[in-house]
Parts: sequence; C-alpha cells; structure tokens
Amino acid sequence: MSNSTFEPRLVGFLCNWCSYTGADLAGTARMTYAPNIRIIRVMCSGRVDPQFVLKAFREGADGVLISGCHPGDCHYQEGNYKALRRYKLLSRMLEQLGIEKERFRLEWVSASEGARFQHVVNEFTEQIRRLGPLNFKFDGGSHEQA
Amino acid sequence: MSKPKVAFYWCASCGGCEEAVVDLAEDILKVVEAVDIVFWPVALDFKKKDLEAMADGSIAVSFINGSVRLSEQEEMVHLLRRKSQLVVAFGSCSHLGGIPGLANFWNKETIFRRAYFTTPSTVNPDGVVPQEKVIVEGKELTLPKFFETVRALDQVIDVDYYLPGCAPPRDLILNAVGAILEGKLPPKGAVLSPNKSLCDDCDRNKTKPEKLTIKEFKRPWEVFLDPEKCFLAQGVICMGPATRTGCDERCIEANMPCRGCFGPTDQVYDQGAKFLSALASLIDFKDEKEIEKIVQTIADPAGTFYRFSLPKSILGRRKMEAIK
Amino acid sequence: MSQRITIDPITRLEGHGKIEIFLNDAGDVERAFLQVPELRGFEQFAVGRPVEEMPRITPRICGVCPTAHHMAATKCVDAVFHVEPTPTARKIRELIYNTFMMEDHTLHFFFLGGPDFVVGPQAPAAERNILGVLGKVGLEVGGQVIRVRRECRDIINYLGGKVIHPVCGLPGGVSKGLDEEHRVKFLETARYAVEFARFALKIFDDVVLKNKEYVDLVVGDAYKLTTYYMGLVDEKNKVNFYDGLIRVVDPEGKEFAKFKPADYLEHVAEHVEPWSYIKFPYLKKIGWKGFIEGKETSIYRVAPLARLNASDGMATPLAQQEYERMYQVLGGKPAHNTLAFHWARLIEALQAAEAMVTLLEDKEITNPDIRRIPTETPTEGVGVVEAPRGTLFHHYKTDERGLVTEANLIVATMNNSAAITMSIEKAAKAFIKGGKVSEGLLNLAEMAFRPYDPCHACGTHALPGDMPLVINIYNSRRELVEQLKKE
Repeated sequence: MSNSTFEPRLVGFLCNWCSYTGADLAGTARMTYAPNIRIIRVMCSGRVDPQFVLKAFREGADGVLISGCHPGDCHYQEGNYKALRRYKLLSRMLEQLGIEKERFRLEWVSASEGARFQHVVNEFTEQIRRLGPLNFKFDGGSHEQA
Repeated sequence: MSKPKVAFYWCASCGGCEEAVVDLAEDILKVVEAVDIVFWPVALDFKKKDLEAMADGSIAVSFINGSVRLSEQEEMVHLLRRKSQLVVAFGSCSHLGGIPGLANFWNKETIFRRAYFTTPSTVNPDGVVPQEKVIVEGKELTLPKFFETVRALDQVIDVDYYLPGCAPPRDLILNAVGAILEGKLPPKGAVLSPNKSLCDDCDRNKTKPEKLTIKEFKRPWEVFLDPEKCFLAQGVICMGPATRTGCDERCIEANMPCRGCFGPTDQVYDQGAKFLSALASLIDFKDEKEIEKIVQTIADPAGTFYRFSLPKSILGRRKMEAIK
Repeated sequence: MSQRITIDPITRLEGHGKIEIFLNDAGDVERAFLQVPELRGFEQFAVGRPVEEMPRITPRICGVCPTAHHMAATKCVDAVFHVEPTPTARKIRELIYNTFMMEDHTLHFFFLGGPDFVVGPQAPAAERNILGVLGKVGLEVGGQVIRVRRECRDIINYLGGKVIHPVCGLPGGVSKGLDEEHRVKFLETARYAVEFARFALKIFDDVVLKNKEYVDLVVGDAYKLTTYYMGLVDEKNKVNFYDGLIRVVDPEGKEFAKFKPADYLEHVAEHVEPWSYIKFPYLKKIGWKGFIEGKETSIYRVAPLARLNASDGMATPLAQQEYERMYQVLGGKPAHNTLAFHWARLIEALQAAEAMVTLLEDKEITNPDIRRIPTETPTEGVGVVEAPRGTLFHHYKTDERGLVTEANLIVATMNNSAAITMSIEKAAKAFIKGGKVSEGLLNLAEMAFRPYDPCHACGTHALPGDMPLVINIYNSRRELVEQLKKE
C-alpha cells in the first residue's frame, strides 16, 4: 500500500576502491540517480558489520545496500566473499525479523561502472517505493498503544 | 552499624535465579548474616506497601531477575529503582531479555490466540480471554496488562550492574555479592564476569585447526558429538566465540554446544549479529550458489543467534505487520 | 456489608499469585479465587525453533523443576523423530530423573511443606520454617538435608551439565555417558539417599502420625476434596516417574481411563476463565462441569497423592511398605485428603532413591552406547513425565526439517489449578464465618494450597522470620478496614 508521496530513505555502504569510485563516476558524468540514498564509504564491503545494517533499519532506513568489487577483484583479496556470505545469512535472519529481503541488497559495482551504479540505485529506490516504508518500531511498556 | 538492606525481586522469571541463590547452600547463611533482606516475595512477608513506605535510596542493592512482560513487573521495578542505591540485573532475562524474549518474534494477539484458542487441548467455545478487569458474579477481579513486547531490565530502568547467566553460576554470585558488600565494584554498567569470550577458557579451544572453516553444518541430533573437539570444527553451531566467559563451560562439559546465555563481551552491542558475522566468515565457499545452499541448512538463524538476547538486540523484536 | 479479602502476594506459586476471598452480607465466604497473573507464551514462541532445541528452551518454564521439562521435551523429541533411546541412554535419563525427584521432594518437605506439619498450624509464624523443623527434629538433620540435596544435584550437574537447566537430552539418547569411577561414587550417594528418605518418613511418623491433632487435620473435612486422580504407571500399574501409560481413576478409585501419552488429546481438555492467565484442565470425556467436586466432577488431580491413588502400588519394595501403611491409616483408597500429599511425597522420594540404587548397581549404565542417530523424517510427537508437581505433557509438531510448527504444553501444577482454587475456597468457607477473620485463617488458607507444592516452591521458610501472608480486609466501599499480618 505505497503512496506516491513516500520517499524511501536508503543507506548504501560502498567500498572505497570500486563502488564508491563508481558512484563518483556517475556523479561527475552527471548521470542522474535518485537522491534517496545516503552513502557511507567503507574501505571494503567485507568491513560491513551486520550490526551496521541492523542499526540502519532500526534508525529509520527503508532499504540498505551494500556494494563492493566484483568477485575476484577485491582490493583485499577475499573481503567481498565475506560480504557475500554475511549478506546471505543476514538476509535470512532479517526475514525472520519481519524485514522483507527486497529491502536488503548486495551488488557488485566496479570503479568504471557509473552507469551500473545509477541503474542499481534507481531500481532499488523504485522497488522500495513500491514496497512502502518500513516503519520499524520497538514497542513496549505502559505507553503502548495496542 | 546497621546491616545493608537488600531486596530480591522477580519479573517474568522461571525461578531458576531464585534457585541459584538457594544453591549457595551453606554460603547463603554468611550472606544472610551480613545483610538485612527487606523484600523478597518468594520468601518473606514484605509487601509493596512496605516497599513504598521506605525512604528513597534506603535499600543498598536490589537484585532483580526476569524480563519485563507485564504491567505489574514494570511498576515494581520502577519502585525498586527509587528505593535502591544500586540495582543489579540478575540473570539472562533481566540482562538481555532471556528465553521469554523469544516472545518478541510474536505479539500479544498471536500469543493469546495460541494459548486460549488454537492449542489443541483448549476448549473455549465462548471465546473467553483473560481480562485486565472483569466482573465475575458481581465481583471485580483484575490482572496485570500483558505488553506487546518483552523488555530487558535496562530498557525500563537505569541498571548499575549485570550478573549474567541462565542461571548465574554460584561463584559469580558469591563474587558479586562480596564485591558489593566490600564496596569494591568496577565502574557502573559493568557486567560482573570477565571480559573475554568463552573460547578463551574452553578446553576444546586447542583443538581448533589453524584455519577453521566449515563446509557443512550439522545439527546436534544428526551426528555423534566428539567430546573433545571444538564444536565449530565439527560443523556444529556453538555460540562460544560471541559469548562472554565465566560459566565454567558447563554445557560444553556435558558435551553440548554453547547457546550464548552470558551475552556478549563489552566490545559488542548485538550478540546475534556479531555471531552471524563470525559464522559467515567461516563458511568455506566462494560460489554464490554453494553459499546459498549451505546458508539454507542453518536451521533457525534468528532464534539461535538471539536465543537469550532478542530484546536487547539492535532491532529488539520482529516487525509484525510483515506477517501475512 | 459484604467484604473482600485479598491475599497478595501468596508465595510459592509460579511467579506470582493472589487470592481473593469474597464474603456475603452474613460474613460467610461466598467465593474464593486463586488468580495466576503470569503468562509468557512458550506455546507460541516455540514455533520456528529446531525441535531438538526444545529440551534446552522449555526448562526455562520453571527453574525449580527444569529437569522435568528437559526430560518431557527429550522424550517428545524422541517421538517426533520416531526414535528410541539406547538402553544405556534410557538408564542414564532414568537416573537423572529419579535423582531429581528425590532431591526436589526432600527439599519441599523440609523447607516448604513440612513445617506445616512438623511445627504445626497453630505454631507462631516465626517457627514455621526450616529452623522450627530443626528445633523439633535436631540440628544435625539440617546438615543432612543440605548434604543429600547437594550430592544429588552433583549427579545432575555431572550428567546434565547444569542442575538448573540441564542440557544432555537428544533424540535417541543423551550427550554424556557415565564412567565407572562416577558410577561407584554416585552409588554411595544413592544409598545415602535411601537411608535419608527412610529417615524422613520416620520423622513424619514421629512428629505427625503420633500426634492426634495433626492426624485429625489430615483426615478431616476442611482439607478433603473429592476428585479424579491421574498418574503415570508401568505395565504392572505401579507408580513410574519417567515413563508408562497415563492412568486415571474416579473418585471411588475405579479405573476410568488408561491411555498412551500420544492419545492425551482424547482425554484432557483445558478450560479458560477471564480472571486468570492459567487454564483449567479437566477430563474431556465428561466435559467441563465447573468448579465442583464429588461424583459429578470432571476435575482431576495430579502429583504425589494422586499418583499413588491412580496406581496399584509403588514399584520398589521399601516404598511399597510405606504405601500400604499410608492407606491403612487413611482408611483405604483413594485418599481424598489433601494434606496427605505431604506424606505421599515422602513415599515417592523413597521410591526415587531406591530406583537410583538399582540403576547405579547395574554396570550397564557405564556402557558407551548412549546415542542412536534418528533416520526418519520428523513429524509429531508427545512426551509425558511425572514432574514432582504432576503430569507434564509436551506435544510438538514439526515440518520435515524438524522446525517446530506447533507446540502444546500442559504443565504439571496447571492440572491442579481448579483443585487448588477449590481447596482454598473450601478451607476459607470452613474457617471464615460470620465476618470473623482470625490469625488462624492465615495459616489455614496457606495450608490449602501448599500440599500441591505449586511450582516455584523455593526459599519460603528457608530463612527465619515472617509468614508470607498479609490479609487486607476491605469494606464494600473499598476502604481498608483492617490488616492482619503475621509478625
């Protein structure tokens, strides 16, 4: 039940060597992409602690993206494989916690793939817009509505 | 010189923490001699009114176990906080939410529906449900309110110290009580158990290979459990790496893997997420399909990694609207 | 002017409990309610959990009898996986279980229920606790009680990992075996336990049975409740705590039903009231008849006296002798005298201790074959044991991966919830008349529920001092008129 005025709030963890550079490229080449994403630069997608993702959702994000180097190209050799494994397991756990797996994404975007970055962000934004806001709340106590 | 006043209280508790105190056996007499127990519903006569009549801050320390599930418990812990100088969260439930915290995968409606309607032995044609206030034969009876969400103690009141474990082991309790009586406490907010992970103290740690990797996960019922080898090295999920030490590895000694009741070390906020991170790192595959396959064999990620700590996890509960 | 008496909190009930007593205009008791303001939702949050974790989750229902839940859950998981434990694993489980019954029952008698008898209902509150008991029977006994309790709990600690929330149960077996060194050591404990159980019965004999006043109280009407009785029995209809068939006898002692645990749903149903979070089990084939006793009732009781009533005898020789003696004194079977639960409890403790000895004398128990790996797809199962406080039912359904899809639990004390409320009402009606509320009421009301040993029997009277009851008397304008408190 999404409404056309809902603006998704997205958080993106982008690895320094590939994805962040790719995003920069999109910017400098003036490839327009949805402004909904808040980008956080990390040195490697393998640096992304699942706690970051959970915190983002808890603090109001409607969608979280992790983006890193393509398999085999990681600046630190294996970091992106760790990210891939964590992503798979975390997706499962998020589903158990009521957060649809469409809200959490892992993408590979290289330094030269500005267009790809543009595409990913635009598509993700629309997907979350259709899904609607997450509105995560930790209710409890005598102030409860229910 | 008057003895320090001490109070014990239980919220949504199984009573195991109370038993742990009784299990101090002879040692409990030394404690009883040294303090003046002014409130302990399971054992002594004092009532809420007596507590209310005490001066604020006149209780030296209150030990509170159990998580906060009902309105009566919320009121009592606020009252005890006012009346006490120190509040110690005693046991996993008050520290992290504990096993009752698993109810945060559900809410009041689903829990009531199961308990009072859909359980196969329940016969309830009139749709009766326990009420906070009801008139029975002209008489008014009340029950405390059941909240949607279970909370750990520090999500309701300010907590000074935490005594971890389900139930906290004897030595930990004695050390903590001793430290309080002697005034030799660490800075406020400390968990009263060493700040290392279980693996550091576990006998099986030395059996971990140089590079520990997992190619296949095994549930404890599926395999013969080697009584000497690290569980993770056997492919059996053990929360040791993400769990604080101090329990003497009692479950490990009984040849069963750790389930994390002591909670995380100081450096970690969300025990389950941290363990997920560690476990994922151990998976020995690079191919996406292989990874997908092995991840599917982990039976219940959220319920295993957050077995004792769901309320205190970053999300704290499941989002219910997503359930169709 | 009608009045209302609130006893809040009562002690030794699962978490919290309160009693509300309503007087009519003449000052006689009209109704009494025992409200259990406690619910956590295990039956719902079990859903989604791997079923082999249930023996590690369900003990957190109760920290006083976690071993009972652990064992019921383990047996249930056996059933879900369609696997039987190895003979050695079964012996180890039976050892853990009987050890637990022995120490739990013993604790109750000396620290909790016993003081009612040993010191007496008319005794001052300050004496109605373990110290008062020791005053009557000698200080040395206290040391022995602590010793037997600790040694028994050491056995459970060793085999189960932790005595509060043991972990060793797996479908098809147990996780840890017993070596010869420990078999010999524990056998000593077992023999000591038998001696101690006999000694406890002797104390009961000396202090209670030789005292006419107490005997009158035991056999008297105020504490009598005519109900059905339920308990597990072996193939010879003898009392068994760990396994067997569920047998129900009617108020005259005739067998009413005998069924496999898996068929419990045909026989047991639960009723809901809006004034308590706890449910009220009753016999399904009769249907819910309300809170009544006698021939028309559908209420059944569980726990020590009920088990003895539902059986044809004890399974071990020394306990059997005591069983025969008890029924002789009480004037035949079944015995409806609620206070006799205390006596039956000690007889059960003796059987448990004798069973410990038999199991530990058998060298088979040190066999390393303690696990049978399940091979069948898990589906659904029921596991039943006799907890100290009554018949305990665990029922799980799973998907083909063994993740719980549904759980149903009927928890020991719960079976007695209707009986407890009725017992309190009956005692209140017997002792409160014409609006006169006396000190004796405090003692006598407590005595109505204590024999059932409602779950959470921990610590009360373990420390010297006050009787944990206050009675508030409110007039019909809800003003506090009088407060009676035991000093």
